[in-house]
Amino acid sequence: MEQKTKIHAEDGKQELEITREFDLPLELLFKAHIDPGIVAQVMGTKVLKLESKKHGSYQLETKDSKGNVIFRANGVIHEFDPNKKITRTFEMENTPFGVQLEIYEFEPLTGGASKLTMHVIYESVAQRDQVLKLPFAQGINMAHNRIQEIAGKLK
Amino acid sequence: MNLRRDVFQALADPTRRAILLLLVASPAMTAGAIASNFDTARPTVSKHLQILTACELLHQAQNGREVHYHLNPQKMKEIGDFIEPFRKMWEDRFDKLETIMKKYPSKK
Repeated sequence: MEQKTKIHAEDGKQELEITREFDLPLELLFKAHIDPGIVAQVMGTKVLKLESKKHGSYQLETKDSKGNVIFRANGVIHEFDPNKKITRTFEMENTPFGVQLEIYEFEPLTGGASKLTMHVIYESVAQRDQVLKLPFAQGINMAHNRIQEIAGKLK
Repeated sequence: MNLRRDVFQALADPTRRAILLLLVASPAMTAGAIASNFDTARPTVSKHLQILTACELLHQAQNGREVHYHLNPQKMKEIGDFIEPFRKMWEDRFDKLETIMKKYPSKK
């Protein structure tokens, strides 16, 4: 099966490109990026603030069941062109990943479909590679935790 | 459950890694033949095979009355690629977005 989401990350570069075609009209794809309620659902996080306009800013936050903050991110919107383009910064707080620049481009395709191209630029090659490896490392940790959990029950 | 089909969970277990190695050495084996290589109880080995099949590391093929297990080279290649989990994270997010937005107009 062909992969719908493509990642293009060249060796030794501090940027990457994510592309995806959606079976959705352009307006709905764009709306999913600016409506706080929808962003919250898609990202699985709370949206504390999302001002979708030039010079606007946003804040995302996730707490665990005990009320500890486990994820917090923020950024500023630099360019806002409805149904076409959003340029913004993204910073995951309390992580070594720095601030990244994100350029989202929205394009209509034939037959009521649409395409998103995300161009993400990091401070350094090392930071980009760290971000790329994060879900890989989490996958392994999750697997180990799960094994430990099962092993714990067997005792 | 999502976790069960996680390739990384599958690989975190030493018995499952040994099963994959066995199938590299001999490309088609029945569950019985695989189990005979381990001291573990047969149902435990079956469980491991089930997990490996669920996350698509193994394929099953009916061969007369026997079911043979094969490696899925495509999936094995994916694991070698550390970017795959990152891609999968975005894919899941975008799939969710698509599902939510397909329902969107009817909610209004």
